[in-house]
Amino acid sequence: MNLAEGVQLVSFLVLSAMMIGAALGVVLLSNIVYSAFLLALVFVSMSGMYILLNAGFVAAAQILVYVGAVNVLILFGIMLVNKRQDFLPVKNAWLGKAATAAVCLGLFALLSTMVLATPWAISDLMPIGDGAIVAIGKHFFTDYLLPFELASVLLLMAMIGAIVIARRDFLPDELLSSSELPPESEMLTLPERPRQAIAARK
Amino acid sequence: MSVGIDLQSSFIELLQGYGLTPGVAKVVWMPLPMVLIVGAVTVLALVSTWLERKVSAAAQQRIGPEYMGPFGLLVPVADVVKLLFKEDIMPAKTDPWLFSLAPLLVFIPIFLSFLIVPFGQNLLISDLNIGIFLWISLSSIAPIGLLMAGYASNNKYSLLGGLRAAAQSISYELPLALAVLAVVMMSNSLSTIDIVNQQSGYGILSWNIWRQPIGFVIFWIAALAECERMPFDLPEAEEELVAGYQTEYSAVKFMLFYAGSYANLVLSALMVAVLYLGGWGFPISVSAIAGWIGISETTPWLQVITASLGIVMMLFKAYLLLFVAILLRWTVPRVRIDQLLDLGWKFLLPVSLANLLLTAGLKLTFPVAFGG
Repeated sequence: MNLAEGVQLVSFLVLSAMMIGAALGVVLLSNIVYSAFLLALVFVSMSGMYILLNAGFVAAAQILVYVGAVNVLILFGIMLVNKRQDFLPVKNAWLGKAATAAVCLGLFALLSTMVLATPWAISDLMPIGDGAIVAIGKHFFTDYLLPFELASVLLLMAMIGAIVIARRDFLPDELLSSSELPPESEMLTLPERPRQAIAARK
Repeated sequence: MSVGIDLQSSFIELLQGYGLTPGVAKVVWMPLPMVLIVGAVTVLALVSTWLERKVSAAAQQRIGPEYMGPFGLLVPVADVVKLLFKEDIMPAKTDPWLFSLAPLLVFIPIFLSFLIVPFGQNLLISDLNIGIFLWISLSSIAPIGLLMAGYASNNKYSLLGGLRAAAQSISYELPLALAVLAVVMMSNSLSTIDIVNQQSGYGILSWNIWRQPIGFVIFWIAALAECERMPFDLPEAEEELVAGYQTEYSAVKFMLFYAGSYANLVLSALMVAVLYLGGWGFPISVSAIAGWIGISETTPWLQVITASLGIVMMLFKAYLLLFVAILLRWTVPRVRIDQLLDLGWKFLLPVSLANLLLTAGLKLTFPVAFGG
């Protein structure tokens, strides 16, 4: 084994350990902010995997999109939602947890049998490496044009949704004293003034 | 195009002359440029803090630091020594892990980005194919560090500062990336070396600033906003937020933020030089001068002079831009947060999109001048 292969093996092991550990942390830690930061670590180790696979462009794009955009958005969401209400303890919570565990284990078993059973066609071709940017660009504008455009429409929809939600008029906090807390069914919705009332006032 | 000096191959050949195998010789070479660049960047950042003090003083008709060394040149050293020996205070109710990790998350990507800053044809750590894209993607990690610092400090000012910093940095990344994209479209490559080579034909006349004036202005504004420089230094606006996300930090951790912000400023200035001001190119093409005097471009001493001239030109351009940034600091008042976001989203973003469209149109119409 020469130096390059050794470095590759060690990096692969370190990255895998980092990714699995961080992913477990995302799921198991009770502090949601820690989970969000660990998610960034998962994405970074994934981008390390892409570098090991000679896909530098995809690795950089992974960091830009997932760490720089998606994860920051999640963090913003967590830090700006300032809801000071304790969660009510749910009765028979273990039932839901057990069901989740069963579903997750089933999925894991299914996926691992699939991975083990599939005869993977490992290509002997050299990785495209530095030519990847040109190849990806050509695919985007020829045979993958429709999925590419559909993805952008999806993002547009998400953006419009975000603007609609952000432009709602909330009731100011001081009006909501503890005596007039919303009924239990509306506990988890944001207090909002009905549209008509606002329109009538103007 | 002259090949210039290739230090790596000469060094490896030299070591092989002493009987080392090529593999071992390469391993011995690899850490050298990295250590050199980290040291050089630190010095450059320190010099820019000194420059900031001196130019600020001149802008306010003061003298500035004078007694510590000639022209107060030792002030940055004193800064570093002071911050190194200061007690590292961690406020009681902070989150210790995130609090310590945040400065590193801001600091490391900035130093990593110097991987692709070229000082000459072969004078960079790695001529990556994705080049400038690596810088953009690395600079998108910083907001996470800022949010982390703001959250971990357990302080309202810090959290507000962190959120502001992240919002600002995300908003201005878009015009920045679109301005870079217009340049990349002209040079048909993301590699910083190719971008500079594409501007090197006719000396100063072929620099991108003449072909991309709008892009240059957009990039400079967005870069200043990314570095949280004065017209856009809302995240640490003293009158409103004490010091933003840095409020609770002291000693080495504060030094990491401080050094990071100045290294980022130097990096942005170097990037402007690479993208718009011809990189290491002399205003008059060096190969043309060599042609007039009648010396071959491959003469060893000429190559050494060309390489040194390249480094000097690169630093000269960067520090000229830094000087402009410091003057701007004392000229322009700070914007409000709504003005900042309006400028980013409602002005710079549409203009940079229009600039991209214009560049594409010009590229199709005049392929000779716009790198068809």
